[in-house]
Amino acid sequence: MSAFNAIGEEREIDRDEFTPGVEPQPTWCPGCGDFGVLKSLKQALPEVGKTPEEVLTVTGIGCSGKLNSYLDTYGFHTIHGRSLPVARAAKLANPELEVIAAGGDGDGYGIGGNHWIHTARENHDITYIVFNNEIFGLTKGQTSPTSPKGHKSKTQPSGSAKTPLRPLSMSLNAGASYIARTAAVNPNQAKEIIAEAIEHDGFAHVDFLTQCPTWNKDARQYVPYIDVQESDDYDFDVTDRREAAEMMYETEDVLNEGTVLTGRYYVDEDRPSYQEEKRAVGELPDQPVAERYFDDDAEWERSYDLLDRHT
Amino acid sequence: MSDDELIWRIAGGSGDGIDSTSQNFAKALMRSGLDVFTHRHYPSRIRGGHTYVEIRAAGHEVQSRGDGYNFLLSLGDSFARNPQEEAYYGNEEIKPLSENLDDLREGGIIVYDEGLISEEDVADLDLEERAEENNWHVFPMDLRGLAKEHGREVMRNTAGVGVTAALLDMELDHIEDLMSDAMSGDVLESNLEILHEAYETTKAEYEFEHDLRAPEGSHETEQALLSGSNAIAYGAIDGGCRFISGYPMTPWTDVFTILTQNFPDIGGVSEQVEDEIAAAALAVGASHAGVKAMSGSSGGGFALMSEPLGLAEMTETPLVLVESMRAGPSTGMPTKPEQGDLEFVLYTSQGDSSRVVFAPGNIEEAYEQTRLAFDIAWEYQIPTIIIYDQKLSGENTNVDVEFFDREPEPGLGATLTEEELKEAAHDASGKFERFGYDDNEKNVSKRSLPGQKGGRYLATGNEHSPVGHISEDPDNRVYQMTRRIEKLDSIREELDEERPSNQTYFGEEDAEYGIITWGSSQGAVVEAVQRLNESGHSVKGLSVSDMMPFAEQEVTEFLESVDEAMVVEMNATAQFRGLIQKELGRFGDKMTSLLKYNGNPFEPAEIVEGYEVNLADEDREPTAQVRIEPAAGD
Repeated sequence: MSAFNAIGEEREIDRDEFTPGVEPQPTWCPGCGDFGVLKSLKQALPEVGKTPEEVLTVTGIGCSGKLNSYLDTYGFHTIHGRSLPVARAAKLANPELEVIAAGGDGDGYGIGGNHWIHTARENHDITYIVFNNEIFGLTKGQTSPTSPKGHKSKTQPSGSAKTPLRPLSMSLNAGASYIARTAAVNPNQAKEIIAEAIEHDGFAHVDFLTQCPTWNKDARQYVPYIDVQESDDYDFDVTDRREAAEMMYETEDVLNEGTVLTGRYYVDEDRPSYQEEKRAVGELPDQPVAERYFDDDAEWERSYDLLDRHT
Repeated sequence: MSDDELIWRIAGGSGDGIDSTSQNFAKALMRSGLDVFTHRHYPSRIRGGHTYVEIRAAGHEVQSRGDGYNFLLSLGDSFARNPQEEAYYGNEEIKPLSENLDDLREGGIIVYDEGLISEEDVADLDLEERAEENNWHVFPMDLRGLAKEHGREVMRNTAGVGVTAALLDMELDHIEDLMSDAMSGDVLESNLEILHEAYETTKAEYEFEHDLRAPEGSHETEQALLSGSNAIAYGAIDGGCRFISGYPMTPWTDVFTILTQNFPDIGGVSEQVEDEIAAAALAVGASHAGVKAMSGSSGGGFALMSEPLGLAEMTETPLVLVESMRAGPSTGMPTKPEQGDLEFVLYTSQGDSSRVVFAPGNIEEAYEQTRLAFDIAWEYQIPTIIIYDQKLSGENTNVDVEFFDREPEPGLGATLTEEELKEAAHDASGKFERFGYDDNEKNVSKRSLPGQKGGRYLATGNEHSPVGHISEDPDNRVYQMTRRIEKLDSIREELDEERPSNQTYFGEEDAEYGIITWGSSQGAVVEAVQRLNESGHSVKGLSVSDMMPFAEQEVTEFLESVDEAMVVEMNATAQFRGLIQKELGRFGDKMTSLLKYNGNPFEPAEIVEGYEVNLADEDREPTAQVRIEPAAGD
């Protein structure tokens, strides 16, 4: 894959460029679905023509949070549930960065739920990958917002009384303009979806099903995965909000009953991203604010000039 | 208490336009050559309730609200009248008059709106009797009627200002100019008519027996009327800040909105977000990506920021936060000042975390120290906090415009350019050693920005290796931790040696006794010290701004130089005195405290009284609403 780098030179980029040459090696358990996300991201980034230095990956806490330790881009490993606000601001500060946020289901749908809803609502131009293994992994196996009802864990020993959250429907209702689900066991689809999500201009939410072989032994890595777009049984228009909503609802109903549907659920190419909207109302400068600090010719307004109204 | 000053109090209901009217009147007084100082008192409700603004104006410098007041313009609370005839609001129309009589000075003037305040209500107050006792001069005026006649009754403020100007023998030109700036068309015309009619009627109807007249003064330089929030916002702009994120909360909202309103013109970005965790996290993200960023809140919102604050420290992301205190705990008194969050701001966040904390004591310091906060934060890659309170936030004083005529400082501090990155250390995989062992001048390792070539690294809230990988290696841990903590020593050294002092001294250098204070209590203490010295005491004062790293040397020298000291602060637990003892490890037996936490800031007379009871050993109890916390061993 060839691409133009930051200074306009054409050069070959491949997935190896996104792999750190030395330590660390991933600390994920053998058989962990997180390897699948890492792999598809490494494949997708050269595909969309990004160099490691044009990409900022922002993660939360948990096994998923270590993603950018094993991926050679600019990275910010933040705190539990806070990847989205950090990512949003980085994109506003420098819209030329390709900003990818990632987190787990506990991190993103639980503690970071408020940020998720509002980032989707505002349709920030960032990609958000949620490693959904329906369990808290790094804290050793507690029930998460997507754990199925009746799931037994150390914190819900009699089986969870809580209905699992519906990530796709939530994102749609909140306002995300690209919503897809893929799975670590579907590597080809995963790569395609991630590449599409990165290229999408607006908030792209990918619910990435990852298996946790250590704490969630019921993980559905072996059940049949059906690509909704490639199956004749599920004919719907991904640009139609109502049809997408119906498909999501159906999917999320049967998610824990054996069949798993993956693929693109909603793609709205017409809705302007938050950055565009903000620029249109005059709240975001045309040039990246971050660049001004290196621009010797930039004229910096002084508070002295603002005092007129106070004299 | 000088006689050559005017302290004008305008009282009414929230939403009656008290604030805007007083702003304009204060500006008119400033333009006429006087020094002014305003004090806002308002309840936590949108409309109605008892609110007032005081303007103190004199031909000499004024640094506090003063003691009491000598002119009351009582408009009546228009929102106390319930249009639906339900008993919901009660009858509070009289409150702007009845609740403001206690502190009115002898010989003072009362103007009240008899269009809103009924004769029977006034009769219940024994106003005549009290007026005779105190030699008050009372002027009932139908301000509402006059306003209604020429436009809308809300313009009774203008009528009130007209009456005030007449009674004080002021010219109307500055007031007219300000009105023309703020309004136009019919509205302006009606207001001018009301102003003039009120002025003329008062002059014609009354014979002035009172002595109070507008003081005289002149300014040598051009003046601007600024609030603490303005000063902080402008300090941020000149410090290079071009990103702010926040969630509304009184009184922090002022700084947030001032910057938001100015940013479109000067190329900055403002974001109102879902909560304060996000607000501070956004500031961290923007700063990481290369913009000088700021966030802030008041106590309750700042509580949520402790997570991103720690993240900024661990990832060495520069950041400025402002914390505008109000009375706590919890939601406390939303519109009342207190200096109760000092310990919270100093120590919030987990682990051995450190940050820089400045507590400006007046408008100039607010501007200066906010500029400095940005400079230090980006030079040392550390979160810096400006702590101030509702009092400093809302009070307006005149400042020299010249003071602000300085070049902005947009520099990103310890940030490398792409050229410099080429020379920097990288590991075998080509990652930049952002937290490297070699480059650590002043305990700072220079950073790169996402997007720069050759600068790839990982910023993480976990302990990390030179390139940013999560690391639990003990040697690395000790190195990184020590370097982060010792930044405070480097900063202290720079503040002591390379920068003008942030501390403010006043009084006589060789005085026997000292008064120490911090933050917005400064002004009242300055005046108290002046009065004490005029009445034969020997006192000097110190107002401390450097809370972390603490102004160790200066406070030590001050305390060593006096026999005893009184620490003045607006809280119930003597937090600042505790900080001095913690930082210096001594002087516990030398310091008594004068504390006030009833929701109102100190008046100079309370400090004078506190001093006399405390240190001058006068045999009496303090009468004001203050508390004395004795020194250790007393």
